[in-house]
Amino acid sequence: MALLQTHHISKTYSDHQILADINIQLNQGELVSILGVSGIGKTTLFNIIAGLLSPENGEVLLKNQPITNKTGQLSYMLQKDLLLPYRTIMGNVILPALMRGTSKKVAEAKAAPLFKLFGLQHTEKRYPQALSGGMRQRAALLRTYMFNKEVALLDEPFSALDEITKHQVHAWYLNLMSKINLSTLLITHDVEEAILLSDRIYILSGTPASITKEIIIDSELKKQPDFELSTSFLDYKRQILNLL
Amino acid sequence: MKKQTNININFLPILVILALLLIWQLISYFQIVPTFMLPSPVNVVKAFITDFPLLMKNAGVTLLETFWGLLIGVIGGVLIAIIMDLFNPLYKAVYPLLVLSQTVPAVAIAPLLILWFGYGMLPKIVLITITTFFPVAVEMLTGFRATDPDLIHLMKTMGASKWKLYYYVKFPNSLNHFFSSLKISVSYAIVSAVISEWVGGFSGLGVYMTRVMKAYAYDKMFAVIFLISALSLLLIWLVTLIQHKVMPWEAVKK
Repeated sequence: MALLQTHHISKTYSDHQILADINIQLNQGELVSILGVSGIGKTTLFNIIAGLLSPENGEVLLKNQPITNKTGQLSYMLQKDLLLPYRTIMGNVILPALMRGTSKKVAEAKAAPLFKLFGLQHTEKRYPQALSGGMRQRAALLRTYMFNKEVALLDEPFSALDEITKHQVHAWYLNLMSKINLSTLLITHDVEEAILLSDRIYILSGTPASITKEIIIDSELKKQPDFELSTSFLDYKRQILNLL
Repeated sequence: MKKQTNININFLPILVILALLLIWQLISYFQIVPTFMLPSPVNVVKAFITDFPLLMKNAGVTLLETFWGLLIGVIGGVLIAIIMDLFNPLYKAVYPLLVLSQTVPAVAIAPLLILWFGYGMLPKIVLITITTFFPVAVEMLTGFRATDPDLIHLMKTMGASKWKLYYYVKFPNSLNHFFSSLKISVSYAIVSAVISEWVGGFSGLGVYMTRVMKAYAYDKMFAVIFLISALSLLLIWLVTLIQHKVMPWEAVKK
């Protein structure tokens, strides 16, 4: 079932068209990437889907209901973890619940059992600046999960991490996704990350940017150990690099 | 090894002060400068002890003026910063004037305030309010405006209202700015109180100063100068203490 869709989205900034006729679809439980080079308009598209920007044309649908220009419909995470340095990790992850009007006590009770699932045991009372980059990113993901929405929008969430940490977080995220059944729209410029994590990849390219290709990653291949070292992985990579 | 270095560094300013006091005492002792113009530190301490009740009574008045002036100035500064942050046209119209107004020495209007509001406490409080208001307003506004726009986006996607945005993000993000402006305001406040008391008044450390000046009581003059400096330092230290209490996360190692 199509959970999230965009219909013919376009956007122009001061006579310069950035996005043209963007149609994408995210189904229940899927992880779909939008892959494009830096500066192509990925974040503009992301902000339109999040309701922070108005498209010039087109609409965003969540379960067939229009959510264009509406914030607070999807969970949202950026490259920067944006953890508030003056709140503990617990104080940070319950923010989405507090904004919805949930009491602190109820929000904390809801978040507490999730700390283990997100690999954040014993960090509840610590401040973000005392944690490593990988842990901060996991805390930001837990906060994203606490939005309690069916769709997560992630804008290059792992790109600030070093290669080794990124590798660990990727594996962990895939495992987590299968447990919590979160549908994710991931925006990235990292080809390998897109292949590793996604069920499908939309290639965003051209001027103005449009979806030029949709690539489906074989789920059986993805399950193989050392998928990222296999020839099929390299084939995907070659195909994508040729398109970008 | 490291600990020893720290101790040395902490002791250095104290050693310098002790050395300066010793030099000062020697200058007075050998009459290099006549004692009536530069009383010895010992005489200053004696004057301080003799006049202690009087100094404390006057300090009480000055501190009371400082308290009210600061309170009104700080609340007003924070409020105007919020209003200007909320209404962008107002920000564009008023902010440059606000910055420009900081170059006007507020103490220069002290005589005018005395003429308008009399010799009581009111003109002093008004002057302190004016001098403390601007640094707080400008710094708070800078803090509000320096909030990461991505953070504001994030909070909006959580469905945060305008007031929740202030409560959870903008205020805490501006606390550093607030406390640095408060440290400036506190020392401005004491200076403004003393200067407005010079211009006219019945009690306060400024009034005491003009009296001992007219009596050529240099020892008492030095005593009150040190007292004013000490009060200013004490207030700044108090602000720093409150800052550490209010912002415990600042102590967490990055």
